[in-house]
Amino acid sequence: MKQSEKQADSFWGNFALSAAALMIVGLLVVLPLLVVLKEAFAGGVRVWLASVSDPDARSAVWLTLGVAAAVVPLNTVFGVAAAWALAKFRFKGRSLLLSLVDLPFAVSPVVAGLIFILVFGRHGWLGAWLTDHHLRVVFAVPGILLATLFVTFPFVARELIPLMTEQGSEEEQAALSLGATGWQTFLKVTLPNIKWGLLYGIILCNARAMGEFGAVSVVSGHIRGETNTLPLHIEVLYNEYRFTASFACASLLAGLAVVTLILKTVVELKSARDAA
Amino acid sequence: MSISIQNVSKKFGAFQALHNVNLEVPSGSLTALLGPSGSGKTTLLRIVAGLESVDEETGGQILFDGVPVTGNPVNRRQVGFVFQHYALFRHMTVFENIAFGLRVKPRAERLSGPAINERVNELLRLVQLEQLAKRFPSQLSGGQRQRIALARALAIQPKVLLLDEPFGALDAQVRSELRRWLRHLHDTIHVTSIFVTHDQEEALEVADSIVVMNKGQVEQVGAPNEVFQNPATEFVMKFLGEVNVFHGRLHNDTPVFTDELKDADGVRLLVRPHDLAVRLRPGPGVSLPAQVYRVLTAGPLVKIELLNSQNNLVQVHVPHDVYLAMPVKSGQEVYLVPKESRLYGNGNERIEYVI
Amino acid sequence: MKLKFREKSVLPGFGLSFGFTVFYLSLLVLVPLCALVLRSSALGVAGFAETILHPRVVASFKVTFLSAFKAALINVVLGVTVAWFLVRGRFPLKRLVDALVDLPFALPTAVSGIALTALFAPNSALGAALGKVGVKVAFTSTGIMVAMIFIGLPFVIRSVQPALADLSKELEEAALSLGASRFQTWWRVVLPLLAPAILSGFTLAFSRALGEYGSVVFIAGNMPMKTEIASLLIITKLEQFDYAGATAIAVALLSLSLLSILLVNVFQSWTARNLGGA
Repeated sequence: MKQSEKQADSFWGNFALSAAALMIVGLLVVLPLLVVLKEAFAGGVRVWLASVSDPDARSAVWLTLGVAAAVVPLNTVFGVAAAWALAKFRFKGRSLLLSLVDLPFAVSPVVAGLIFILVFGRHGWLGAWLTDHHLRVVFAVPGILLATLFVTFPFVARELIPLMTEQGSEEEQAALSLGATGWQTFLKVTLPNIKWGLLYGIILCNARAMGEFGAVSVVSGHIRGETNTLPLHIEVLYNEYRFTASFACASLLAGLAVVTLILKTVVELKSARDAA
Repeated sequence: MSISIQNVSKKFGAFQALHNVNLEVPSGSLTALLGPSGSGKTTLLRIVAGLESVDEETGGQILFDGVPVTGNPVNRRQVGFVFQHYALFRHMTVFENIAFGLRVKPRAERLSGPAINERVNELLRLVQLEQLAKRFPSQLSGGQRQRIALARALAIQPKVLLLDEPFGALDAQVRSELRRWLRHLHDTIHVTSIFVTHDQEEALEVADSIVVMNKGQVEQVGAPNEVFQNPATEFVMKFLGEVNVFHGRLHNDTPVFTDELKDADGVRLLVRPHDLAVRLRPGPGVSLPAQVYRVLTAGPLVKIELLNSQNNLVQVHVPHDVYLAMPVKSGQEVYLVPKESRLYGNGNERIEYVI
Repeated sequence: MKLKFREKSVLPGFGLSFGFTVFYLSLLVLVPLCALVLRSSALGVAGFAETILHPRVVASFKVTFLSAFKAALINVVLGVTVAWFLVRGRFPLKRLVDALVDLPFALPTAVSGIALTALFAPNSALGAALGKVGVKVAFTSTGIMVAMIFIGLPFVIRSVQPALADLSKELEEAALSLGASRFQTWWRVVLPLLAPAILSGFTLAFSRALGEYGSVVFIAGNMPMKTEIASLLIITKLEQFDYAGATAIAVALLSLSLLSILLVNVFQSWTARNLGGA
């Protein structure tokens, strides 16, 4: 076999591989995205604008943003605390705690919503107490917050725990030996080291918080204008056969997804550059 | 089987790894490719194996027994390659690792099951690791893994054995044991073997013939003795064994070392530590003034460390009896007389002179 | 003898971080999950079994399980191909493709759901073309499988990719130098070494598909006994105030997911222990 034939051999192999992979990604990943755009603008830009500025749509957007604004910071604090406890210390029950952090990934979103109904619903554990105090959790915003918190809390923690475990605690020990307090050590030594992982986790947490459907669907009660997040609003429109409007709202979330991917890639690149 | 390397060049991007290398490896020999990192030795080895290709434009060729194999892919060259980090298949037992080459042969050439078993056991006996047949690579020590890697390569009855820094990843004790073991193995099975190393001691101890490489080119080829006693270039002399360098200049065709260094006609005198005699008074020929810094008497030779007139460290090795006849101490001013030495000029050319 | 809870460490903040973590997890995870388990145990074993074995429930589990399993298997083939491309392939915009792979992760499930439905609906270009060859996707169990393939693909790819990247090129070179063909090298050396990562990806994809709601419910058709997925059945029961039924199904579903994850973890630690590094 000549030398040039050998090059050609691997060229065709590469070609076949690339073609197969691109087809798979194209069909399964890109096409759905394109469909959303096509359907969203099927009625033209004017119709699209009308759909997304519809009062119900707007309150759905505000609710989605509000939920994310509440959930992401809370879960970030949790993620940092959990990572600090789990990565820098060794204690009994550590593996159990680690598995608990991963738990929401094994739980179906519908089940995630269900469990909050079981606790806070009218017939739930706290149901009677809540009714007595005129408080509503299920079929109201607090329920949505709780369900979203449950579904998204692992993201930041899962990014930080392996990162901080790998980084060890030598730098923190050095800082302490130089007289820094715990908080100073954390702010000046730990935080800069984990900044990219933290950002990455926040981006993922946010994407999921804004996009969560199943869990929120169960706890929200679908009260239009009040407890419909954007994903729920999309469902409502779809079930009413208002497809173009539904896809118009969906295109907003699709745009969010694309932005998430871009941010993710940027963070990955920056963190790789820092590590080099 | 003899190997002929003709006009081989190799470029990686902008980096010229090999530059027009020509080499003949006689059948049955154990040859070392010796050089610092970046010298191209591993690249050359991989080209012989077929793991890298020769740059086509320069028309280089690899021939096995006179037959060109340059275009053959690695799995048709019948070379046994032993990797620096062993590359054992960790999901297979030791037995299966060694049997691998026999199991993947095309149907027509494949041995029967029992024949394969017999061959593998034979090889395990050869490398003295029969008791490890059922273990996994992760359960072996570094030295054991290396021997299994060797057995695996030998299983296919290769025409040439290629080893890439075979002992680099092992600690000193295991390394010297395995060096002797490899030499002994080669004396038993006589397969043409080439191994790559950056350790000159290893090359000198193990090889029949040493190819000293630097910056993608061959500096010298020869038996260990030859390369050590008669280095062809300054690089070879500096790379093999220890060497002291004295800077001086030519004065009427005679090197002078007592003055300050003057670059224009600067020369370098290269002397091995055991080729310097210590005298209390300057002699008729070249006598290099120096001050004794330290004397180390523990060891097979007495090592005297001195500082020369340019304040550079000089190493002198003398046998114990010679030292006892004329002991020196720290701070003493002495004169060093070179017995064997080489002089190199600014253009790296060798200058003939008489001491 | 005093049992040590944790190793001594100079680092401060354990109490605070550990306490907060446990508090948060208890409130958010443990208490609600306890409610789930306790509520379903209130049924008693007989009651639980009766609910689970109801034909409609069994049918939904069958559909969900089979679709998830098939989807995960297909994802292994597709995922390994794409992962291989991402690690070894040469293509100018490979970086872009790498980022796109995460889209099913990032896209809200409702959006994927309606997008996939629109893509495969009988009156769409693709749906019509497939219909001509007799393949019906939308509103059938095939549709369920397709949606599960969509959301599971990134799991396999992201599982296999790092494992493949870590696979030393020398192992393949060793196999080739011993005379193996490219296929033999791939089949006997690369694939077995990738097996743990592939299994991990398979399980994650499978587990996720089991419980998936949003992406699947639009394309599914949702006909009881035929194309009704387990997660939808839970919601249906909730709407009928059949809390017991909903809880029972939820517990069964959760147990399946946890079991598969546990099995894989056990297998992987066994592999790590026995085959370690070499």
